[in-house]
Amino acid sequence: MSNYFLLFFGTVLVNNFVLVKFLGLCPFMGVSNKIETAVGMSFATTFVLTLTAALSYIVNNYILIPLDLIYLQTLSFILVIAVVVQFTEMVMHKTSPTLYRLLGIFLPLITTNCAILGLALLNINENHDFVESIIYGFAAGVGFSLVLVLFSSMRERLAASDIPLPFKGSAIAMITAGLMSLAFMGFTGLIK
Amino acid sequence: MIENIALAVIALACLAAIFGALLGYSSIRFKVEEEPIVEELDAMLPQTQCGQCGYPGCKPYAQAIANGEDINKCPPGGDTVMRQLAERMGIDPKPLDGEEKPKLIAFIREDECIGCTKCIQACPVDAIMGATRQMHTVITDECTGCELCVAPCPTDCIDMLPIEITTQNWQWNLQRIPTKINTEL
Repeated sequence: MSNYFLLFFGTVLVNNFVLVKFLGLCPFMGVSNKIETAVGMSFATTFVLTLTAALSYIVNNYILIPLDLIYLQTLSFILVIAVVVQFTEMVMHKTSPTLYRLLGIFLPLITTNCAILGLALLNINENHDFVESIIYGFAAGVGFSLVLVLFSSMRERLAASDIPLPFKGSAIAMITAGLMSLAFMGFTGLIK
Repeated sequence: MIENIALAVIALACLAAIFGALLGYSSIRFKVEEEPIVEELDAMLPQTQCGQCGYPGCKPYAQAIANGEDINKCPPGGDTVMRQLAERMGIDPKPLDGEEKPKLIAFIREDECIGCTKCIQACPVDAIMGATRQMHTVITDECTGCELCVAPCPTDCIDMLPIEITTQNWQWNLQRIPTKINTEL
């Protein structure tokens, strides 16, 4: 049980997907202008990550490995991700049209979010079993949500503050992201 | 060798078929019936139901915009509404249709008014004040210039007059003057 907790907090804080592994940077920059959209994007990505982790484990262990088709991993994972994203989009369109409209193009773009393919491949690299895969996926989503919400709150404050002209706009956002990444390095060694 | 390739193709095809079936089922299960965009567009329109766009009311015009009609046909809404519609539809703002003609508002020649209240019933924005057998008058701030009150008047005492430009109603176009540096990223 304790190693599940370690895996969870290790992935959320120490090996954060965005700030330490540098995966999923495009939504991190793209959807962080407003906190509402950031929260919506976080939920959608967490959902997709968790579901993808489970499905890709099943596909890998019960289809690809028995049939000796490991070289098809990337291809079949992309297929899994595309299906999960499409499914999420349908469910979201039904349950929350406002969020669906707010996220707009970023929702289908989760398909090409490298964090998700990265997660599926890392799960195999690190020989996670089924439960571990799901925890890893969910923790990656929580970590992504955490930094995305923090970052968008900062950007909302930055938008209203008096920034020197050369740093205005994306420049200060990049610097902020870099500083956040530095801050997250402080978690290294928290979990052995 | 060829069996391996065949196996790979079959395995992927089966996988794709399963996922396709799943998506097909969920697209039926999670079908969205109504078109919410019409409701949103309708909420943006001024609800004067004046018909100056060529449609019988604001809702039909919202429906028409959703089907690709021009967004610049709503004079009561003016530039503001047109910009909102443009943003919602994701298209470029267009100059308002027929903006060249000066803004008109209704004016009741009060000594000829017999107090029949027909124009009050016709006014979509409740801009005409008055009661039965009392003289009516137009609240100029509320009048959108839709001309719907002109036809019902039995004594033809309603004129459409160009609005006199004063410091109160002059369009300052404050949005077009950059009063502060845009901080939006």
